[in-house]
Amino acid sequence: MIDKKQMIIIKGTKDGLTLFIEDQGSFEEVMDELSDKLAENNPSHDEPVVPVTVKLGNRYLNDQQKKQLSDLIGNKNRFSIQSFDSEVIRRDEALTWKEDSEIKSINRIVRSGQVLEVVGDLLLIGDVNPGGKVVTTGNIFIMGSLRGIAHAGLNGDRDAVIAASYMKPSQLRIADYISRAPDYESEGVYMECGLIDEKQDKIVIDRLQVLSHKRKDISGFERRMQNG
Amino acid sequence: MGESIVITSGKGGVGKTTTTANIGTALALMENKVCLIDTDIGLRNLDVVMGLENRIIFDIVDVIEERCKLKQALIKDKRFDHLTLLPAAQTSDKTAVTTEGMQKIVEELKQEYDYIIIDCPAGIEQGFQNAIAGADKAIVVTTPEKSSVRDADRIVGLLEKEDIESPKLVINRIRNHMMKSGDMLDIDDIIQILSIDLIGIVIDDDEVIKASNHGEPVAFQPNSKASIAYRNIARRILGETVPLQSLEDEKGVFQKVKSFFGMRS
Repeated sequence: MIDKKQMIIIKGTKDGLTLFIEDQGSFEEVMDELSDKLAENNPSHDEPVVPVTVKLGNRYLNDQQKKQLSDLIGNKNRFSIQSFDSEVIRRDEALTWKEDSEIKSINRIVRSGQVLEVVGDLLLIGDVNPGGKVVTTGNIFIMGSLRGIAHAGLNGDRDAVIAASYMKPSQLRIADYISRAPDYESEGVYMECGLIDEKQDKIVIDRLQVLSHKRKDISGFERRMQNG
Repeated sequence: MGESIVITSGKGGVGKTTTTANIGTALALMENKVCLIDTDIGLRNLDVVMGLENRIIFDIVDVIEERCKLKQALIKDKRFDHLTLLPAAQTSDKTAVTTEGMQKIVEELKQEYDYIIIDCPAGIEQGFQNAIAGADKAIVVTTPEKSSVRDADRIVGLLEKEDIESPKLVINRIRNHMMKSGDMLDIDDIIQILSIDLIGIVIDDDEVIKASNHGEPVAFQPNSKASIAYRNIARRILGETVPLQSLEDEKGVFQKVKSFFGMRS
C-alpha cells in the first residue's frame, strides 16, 4: 500500500472537477481507491452539485463499468458525471464512425424509379433524374443535375446539406423536414445548396458560399465524432 | 451471325411498333436479311402494320410450345424475300413465353439473319423481360413529352442492369412548331436527362398513320420526312455517319426566290 502509485488525481477547474484515472491497474483497484477518496469528504446538502469530467487515458470502460463509476461518484456526494473522456474506443464503434463520416463517391445516373442509399456522405458524379431518389445519413453533394428527390440526414441530422451543380429537385428532404418544388414551372438554379434555416424553420436554398459560415464543420472529417 | 435489337419505350403509344416495322423495312431495303419479332402477346399489331395479318398460321407461342418449327411460323414479307415476321399470339396464354424460350428463338434466328428486330410490349412486366432477354442491343423510343421521357428513363435504368449494350435513343413524333414555342420538350433537354446516344429523330408525319393503315410501312415511300428519318436510323445502325435531319420545312425554289426579294412567304 505504501509504494503503490496513486491511481486517481482530482483537479479543480472553472468548469468543475476533472478526475484523472491512471490507465494501468485493474478497475477494482480504481473503484477501491476512489471510494476511499470520496469517503474523506462529507459534503453538506446545501453545496451546489459539481460537474465531473472523468479522464480515462488509455482505459476502456464498458457501459456497466461506467454505470458503477457514476453510481459511486454520484452516491451521497454532490457530484455528477458530466462526461467520460477516453483515448480509446471499440473497433466497431470506430468503424461505425468512419462509415458515418466517410464520403462515398459514386459515378452513375440515378434514373426514374431507382433509389441510391448511402451511409455517411454522398458524392454523386452524375445526375438524379426526375423520379429518382438519393438517401443518405449525412450530406449530399451532386456533381450533376438534381431533378429527383434528395434526402440528407436520414437519421435526424438537421445540419446536413444538399448541394448540386444544377438544382431542380422535385423534393428536398433534410432530417424530418420536407420541401417540394413550386407548382408553377420554374427554372433550376446552378451551384446552390439546400439546408435547414433555424429561424424560418424550413429548408431554404441558398448559394454555396453561405456554407462557409453556416455549416463550418463541413470541411472537417471529425465533425460527426464531436456530435456523437 | 446476326445482331438482335429490341425496340422498347416503357410507355405505350409512343410508336414502338411503327419504329420496329420501319427500321426493319429500311434495313431490308438496304439488302440485309431481317426478321421482326412481335412479343406483345395478346395485343399483336406488328403484323397489321406490315400488312401481313392474313398470312398468320402459327405464332411465337406455337413455336415455344413446339406445335410447329420456327421456320413454319415465320411469315415472308410480300415485298421482300429477305424480310420476315414472327408474329405474337393473339389468344394463347401469355405465360407460355419465358426468357429462356425467347433466348432460344433469337439465337436460332441469328444464325440465319443479319438483324433481328424485337418489338417490345409496353410496361415493365414479364413481357418486357422476355423481349429484352434475347437482345444484344436496345433502342429506346420516346416522344417529346414529360411522361414518356420519364418512362424511357426508367427503361434505360432497367436496361443498364441487363447485359445489353448502352441503349440508343429515338425521339418520335416531333412537332417542330411546338418545340420552337417551348410547349414541347427540346431535343437537347431530352438527351440531357436520359444521357444516352441519340440514333435518330422522327418528325410527326401524317404519312406514318396513312401508311400503317394500308399495311405499308412508311419507310417504303421515297421522300416523306418520316421515311427519310427511318432510313437514316437504319443507316446509322449499319454504322454510317448520317447528319440529323433538319427540323425546318425545306422551302421550295419559288419560296426561296420570294424570300430573296423580301416578300412574305
